[in-house]
Amino acid sequence: MTTPLLQVEHLTMRFGGLTAVGDLSFNAKAGEITALIGPNGAGKTTVFNCITGFYKPTEGMITLTQPDGKKLLLERLPGHDINWKGRVARTFQNIRLFGGMTLLENLLVAQHNVLMRASGMTIFGIFGTRGYKRAEKEAIEYAEYWLEKTGLIDRADDAAADLPYGDQRRLEIARAMCTKPLLLCLDEPAAGLNPRESLLLNDLLLSICRDHQTSILLIEHDMSVVMQISNHVVVLDYGRKISDGSPDMVKNDPKVIAAYLGVEDDEVEKTEAEIAEIAAHAQGEAK
Amino acid sequence: MAQPTLSAKAATEPTRVQRAFKDAFIAALVMLGLSVPILALRTEQNMSNEVILIPRPWLVVSCCLIVFVGRLLLGLFVFNRAPDAKPLFETPTSLRTAWDKFAPYAAQVGLGAIIAYPLVALYLGGPQGAIKWIDNFGIQILIYIMLGWGLNIVVGLAGLLDLGYVAFYAVGAYSYALIATKVIPATYPDLGVWAFWICLPISGILAAMWGVILGFPVLRLRGDYLAIVTLAFGEIIRLVLINWVDFSGGYAGLSSIPRPSFFGIPFNASETGFAAKFGLEFSPIYRTVFLYYVILVLSLITAFVTLRLRRLPVGRAWEALREDEIACRSLGINTVSTKLTAFSIGAMFGGFAGAFFAARQGFISPESFVFLESAQILAIVVLGGMGSLFGVVIASIALVGGIEILRELDFLKAIFGPSFDPTQYRMLIFGLAMVLMMLWKPRGLISHREPTVFLKERKSISSSLVQEGHG
Repeated sequence: MTTPLLQVEHLTMRFGGLTAVGDLSFNAKAGEITALIGPNGAGKTTVFNCITGFYKPTEGMITLTQPDGKKLLLERLPGHDINWKGRVARTFQNIRLFGGMTLLENLLVAQHNVLMRASGMTIFGIFGTRGYKRAEKEAIEYAEYWLEKTGLIDRADDAAADLPYGDQRRLEIARAMCTKPLLLCLDEPAAGLNPRESLLLNDLLLSICRDHQTSILLIEHDMSVVMQISNHVVVLDYGRKISDGSPDMVKNDPKVIAAYLGVEDDEVEKTEAEIAEIAAHAQGEAK
Repeated sequence: MAQPTLSAKAATEPTRVQRAFKDAFIAALVMLGLSVPILALRTEQNMSNEVILIPRPWLVVSCCLIVFVGRLLLGLFVFNRAPDAKPLFETPTSLRTAWDKFAPYAAQVGLGAIIAYPLVALYLGGPQGAIKWIDNFGIQILIYIMLGWGLNIVVGLAGLLDLGYVAFYAVGAYSYALIATKVIPATYPDLGVWAFWICLPISGILAAMWGVILGFPVLRLRGDYLAIVTLAFGEIIRLVLINWVDFSGGYAGLSSIPRPSFFGIPFNASETGFAAKFGLEFSPIYRTVFLYYVILVLSLITAFVTLRLRRLPVGRAWEALREDEIACRSLGINTVSTKLTAFSIGAMFGGFAGAFFAARQGFISPESFVFLESAQILAIVVLGGMGSLFGVVIASIALVGGIEILRELDFLKAIFGPSFDPTQYRMLIFGLAMVLMMLWKPRGLISHREPTVFLKERKSISSSLVQEGHG
């Protein structure tokens, strides 16, 4: 079996006395869509922020295996290098676009490091050398490709803040994809989308995963998205992993059902006993 | 049933005119309350050095009357207009179409006017009269345009609020002054005539270097904190210049700084001077005109570089940084080095302007680099519209030229008496202009943003969508 693309091992993140994520381990395989689900406040976004370098984890190790077999420890890279060297891109729960810039400009900013190199750290660019002009043309063509793919090409010259909500979500994905990532981390991409947009999003994500050698790590509340497209689901509750497996397996896991739906007071003991039994059973199986 | 109550209500409700009168009367009362303690009595000393009070009832009465009439007119014609009434002031369509036709050529026409300006001034004022117009107006405004364009990179594009920009101006000025008066005479005195041209790039580089030195520790701060630290930096540079007397001459400053030469030919009355070489009669006007074109070229270089940088990845990254720093980081942009480039390139242009300033004045002291200068440059950038080069030009002409023009209003003494000095009102007018601007054009004169690249059609972006940056 090949090594997974992303290995999260014993990840712990504490904020003062609060343990937002406790001893979390999971893998995300290359070419798959891995979903991270859990009730509100379960620590999903904290995990994302640790993987994408916005937080430095208190404990644990996050390993990304490059296609050439090189391993990168994401928690040791400075924030901006996680995208450039580690090739991990992300979107945000509350959309963060460059609202005053056009769609095309948004996608060009995403190709900053490539263009920066082509412009000789700005020096050749000032004199407008041919090499830079060619690189810029290529960058614009690549941006056009993604605008086409997300259905935003007609609005390429409008300000990003002018777009309706669903389009902004898609633009953010297109922008993240313009950095040519190995792993795309999406923080609730379907939040606020209507059912039709949600279906379109499914197709887009499947196509990204299939056609661009990009694996996806996804936080999502919309179960129709999660169950339809993900290959692998990890469930968090209060910062701890309570379930990990295929969508069907997770769907029928009593612990997950208990975490999502809650249980009646008089059933707590019963459920706890059941859970203990299942856990013992699982352990026995593992042995 | 409903009809009679409605009409009864209408009868008891005051009419528009009644309301306006009542409103005006209240305003006049407020004015009376304010003016009695402030204006009604004037303290003066009599011959035996005693304080005497001179009552001024007519002043109070006239002030109250002015307020009453003004408020009444506002109440009648502005506040209580019917909802479907025509707007009081409407741009005539003919004027509007004329402007739409002219607008695409505004930059070319403006540039032509700026290039032709000294020649027109010479033609109209003669060599003697023109000096004032070229020097006090032309050169002064162009220095501020250049400083505004330099600061525009930091504040307008990268969204970093820098309240100490004058520090880099000072670094440039003192670099030129010290190298030209101390280093060059001691090492290569033959290069004396070339001093300005050698020192200009050095001053810019030194200022940029100070930009980096300041930037490294400071740029992790954001917003108000960044503003305060840059403000402190500006003051530190000034205080060092005042107190390190051996180095900078302290309060006395540095004098007899070499003036720029015409590419090696000095502007003096000697045999080898500019006038003699070109067979002209000696006059200081040649140097002034030359200086005008030097600062014009320096400013145009600043504008050209800014325009080019905006279209390069680094410029887009600056604007993206102003829009959303966190998103920038998630896209692999090194925010620290991007901020540093903005800071140091802005500082470099400040340094060029400083070197030019020292060369033009021939004398510099810390007095020229006070906080008020920083504030004025920032005001130019903000009034012009953050990120807009054209806006900075208009704002500089209005603010710097406007203050200079007050000196020309001596004829008003005929109306207000010989003790009237219009220049004393400059800060008042400055403040009033700022308040009016913030009311009507809170995002600056030219506030929309032009995209740097487009697929099919260039559409300007409304200012309401563009972020101001959080430092």
